Amino acid sequence: MKHEELDAELDSFGDALASATRVTPGNALRPEDIAVNGQAPSEQVAKYALTLGDDSLILAQRLAHWISRAPELEEDVALGNIALDILGHARSFLTYASLAWDKTEDDLAYWREEEEFTSLWIVEQPNGHFGVTIIRQLIVSIFQHLLYRELTASTDETLAAIAAKAVKEVDYHRDHATAWTIRLGQGTEESAEKMRHALEILWPYVDEMFRDEQIHQDLEGVAVLPSTLRQAWDEQIGAVLTEAGLQIPATGQAMAHGRIGEHSEHLGYLLAEMQVLARKHPGASW
Amino acid sequence: MSQQNNWPLWEVFVRSSRGLSHVHAGSLHAPDAQMAVRNARDLYTRRNEGVSLWVVKSSDIISSDPDEKDSFFESPQGKDYRHATYYKASEGVKHL
Repeated sequence: MKHEELDAELDSFGDALASATRVTPGNALRPEDIAVNGQAPSEQVAKYALTLGDDSLILAQRLAHWISRAPELEEDVALGNIALDILGHARSFLTYASLAWDKTEDDLAYWREEEEFTSLWIVEQPNGHFGVTIIRQLIVSIFQHLLYRELTASTDETLAAIAAKAVKEVDYHRDHATAWTIRLGQGTEESAEKMRHALEILWPYVDEMFRDEQIHQDLEGVAVLPSTLRQAWDEQIGAVLTEAGLQIPATGQAMAHGRIGEHSEHLGYLLAEMQVLARKHPGASW
Repeated sequence: MSQQNNWPLWEVFVRSSRGLSHVHAGSLHAPDAQMAVRNARDLYTRRNEGVSLWVVKSSDIISSDPDEKDSFFESPQGKDYRHATYYKASEGVKHL
């Protein structure tokens, strides 16, 4: 046996041994791989990736606020895990977008101004009480699950690969939010009232998620048309709310235009906190 | 928070890969079995530790009595002949 062949043989043996006895990180797609191996997307594709990355980044920042504040230690870790999953999606999308402009994910996260963020209004809404966070998770995770499932068929290979990784994680987020919604909706009179309250304050931001923009139309085959997800979303969230004994509230819809950089009053404060450290110490790493 | 003490304790067992058995990983609090499995997933498999989880109520585990340790576990000591390595292979046996 030649030396190289022996090496390969030993390597494969080592892999088998590692998988049986040791904890390994797995071989999922990482933002670092996209930065090194990724092909720079076109301007349009980068802008689309930026919208998805911004949704995830802002939601992850919101959820991270629960760390040390959740009702139970176990739930603290659950919300922290979900926040980190979503931050991972944000990093992948932003890294991919950044290649088009010769920037980095950090440039996009820390050095853009409020009106340059293209995230939806629903993700920047305050955490409120636990029920508000759960309803926000329910609304967004069902949406993202449908979106990423479609995006796996995108003609853009990198977007499809990011979606393939994300869809499994968001499936669990959906499951988590569904279980809590049913539990709290069917719980005590107080918990049901809090869930009704949560639905009332968040429902005005639903329509914006499904609005088709020019960028979606221009990127046929690459982007998912949000309006095509509405029917399945209505059915899924309707089923969960029915089982929870809750109803869709009769509220109006907010004049939300996050995709063109118009935001509610909450995003500025969130960004100030998220960006202050990076801006105070430019280029620092830790 | 006063409710917290009412949540029962659960023991968590994780199987790390195919062909291995479930191993005790730790414990957690949860109001019921469904939440216990979810919490176990979030607490004990977040670094790719497992492919399967068991949870069981701590109160359902019957354990040996620590006070009976001597009578339970000391008896096998000194009984080397219960190990295969105690025995020498006979010269005539070739393929052992």
